[in-house]
Amino acid sequence: MNVIDYLKRTVEVFPEKQAFTDGNSGLTFRELFDAAERGASFICERGLFNRPIVIFMKKSPEEAAAFCAVLMSGNHYVPIDEEMPKRRIELILENVKTGIIICDETTLEQAKLFNDESEKVLWKDMVKHEILEKQLSEVSRKMTGKEPAYVLFTSGSTGIPKGVACSHESVIDYAEQLVKTLNITENTRFGEQAPLYFDASLKEFLSTLKTGATTVLIPHELFRTPIPLIEFLNREKINTLCWVVSALTFVSAFGTLDIVKPEYVETLTFVGEIFPIKQFLLWKKALPKARMFNLYGPTECTGVSTFFEIPDGYSPKDAIPAGKPFEGTKLWLMREDGKVIPQNVAENVNGRDPVGIGEICIGGKGVALGYYNDPERTAEVFTEREIDGQTERIYKTGDLGRFDEDGNLVFVSRKDYQIKHMGHRVELGEIEASVSEIPGVRLCACTHSKESGKITLFYVGDIEKADLTRELRKSLQRYMLPNKAVKLDTIPTTATGKIDRKKLNEEAD
Amino acid sequence: MDELLDILSELHPDVDFETEDALIDDGILDSFDIVTLVSEISERMDVTIGAKDILPENFNSAEALYDLIKRIEDEEC
Repeated sequence: MNVIDYLKRTVEVFPEKQAFTDGNSGLTFRELFDAAERGASFICERGLFNRPIVIFMKKSPEEAAAFCAVLMSGNHYVPIDEEMPKRRIELILENVKTGIIICDETTLEQAKLFNDESEKVLWKDMVKHEILEKQLSEVSRKMTGKEPAYVLFTSGSTGIPKGVACSHESVIDYAEQLVKTLNITENTRFGEQAPLYFDASLKEFLSTLKTGATTVLIPHELFRTPIPLIEFLNREKINTLCWVVSALTFVSAFGTLDIVKPEYVETLTFVGEIFPIKQFLLWKKALPKARMFNLYGPTECTGVSTFFEIPDGYSPKDAIPAGKPFEGTKLWLMREDGKVIPQNVAENVNGRDPVGIGEICIGGKGVALGYYNDPERTAEVFTEREIDGQTERIYKTGDLGRFDEDGNLVFVSRKDYQIKHMGHRVELGEIEASVSEIPGVRLCACTHSKESGKITLFYVGDIEKADLTRELRKSLQRYMLPNKAVKLDTIPTTATGKIDRKKLNEEAD
Repeated sequence: MDELLDILSELHPDVDFETEDALIDDGILDSFDIVTLVSEISERMDVTIGAKDILPENFNSAEALYDLIKRIEDEEC
């Protein structure tokens, strides 16, 4: 089985139903399937199988169709975006060595400037290709489900992005669990917030292919004006929101929900960061009848591993739990001494007891294949372990967690300098690596304030803040840019000569 | 106005806020910037900007934003 089998089934049942739309134009399942068959035929004709294909398009129904075409051709899609700085795109292209870059009119000129050998082709031209039925059915027969479906790039601490490759099997397992848990059906209308190069968007993309739901891609600009955003949701009769916390906060923080409510929303999930209780309660008050879920999981495990459904009459104490794993997903907390913390042992179930805190490790079908073309970094975090007499392939998340009295997972903190900023994973080390490369910078260090969510950059050097920021935009994506830069004469160090991050943190606050 | 320009240039040191007049339309300010901006203005200038005022025309330039702040202050008096 592969992901396209979902689409093949759905197009039979709901051919004329809208699959993806941006509020103006869209594609029905029949149109989506036809475009995918033509796009896939174009790729097959070039003899590519089980290879990465880069997609460089603006967020649109056509971009979703291009994903389907790549999947149908037996290859894996690698989305890049014009918001990514040139340097980052170059690093991704060096890693994947793609045969084709699929573009739209807004990106083709930019793609032609890339220094690589690939063929740059317009999606518009690909969908004119004849359908090569024999080749497509051959591909479908050849596929085992073990091939990567996609490679998504995330922040890496050395400044080199890491490409997480997930197989069709993992992706299918995720879709099955998600659809069942959230009760997604053909009547679901998603209001899709995340960019499609981000694993958060898989929820809508996969569920739509599987169930015949409709995904409405929300125009990015609306996330600058909260009232028109909610009015858009109402106009489109959106009933399901799977948003990152910062997008939900953007709406609730200004009192928007007192003025206008998303009146059709029945299901709301949040992911990516800890939801501030105050903001959560504003949403709960506005949507008292909606089912709400906190979701948790890394890109390395297809995106979501655990869920917590907010029970009726729930009053949060400190943090909303990350909950319990999806069926088929395994979860352990591993202490530094390598011992596994049992989920049901009462004396360990005390948040303030460090004995009960361990690194969150995940196993099961959702675990990714690894980092694309990067065996070294793959081996660091994807390992095989003997647990309860069984050999398990696990991913070590680097997140610390504990269990609450009901056996729910609770996120505690990170082990390292990885943070969540605007729902995206950011390695402070990647920011520091990029800053260090700028001429005129001698020393630098970044901090992240848990309270305000802001990244502060401290640096020593001869370059002014404005010039530094301008340079940094060339190598870092927008969500990675420090919120504030502070020029210092020296960077404080501890007695052992390490950067005194604690002191810098205090300074930042 | 100086306080506001301080807040803005802390957010984006590389932008010339005295001349830029398409901060929203050109995507210079994103949703996270707006959340930060509104909370800084509330903290440092004691003015609360509500959802109904978060529109491109009020945030496209420092001047427009300053006019909005003045308007809110006048209404509060």
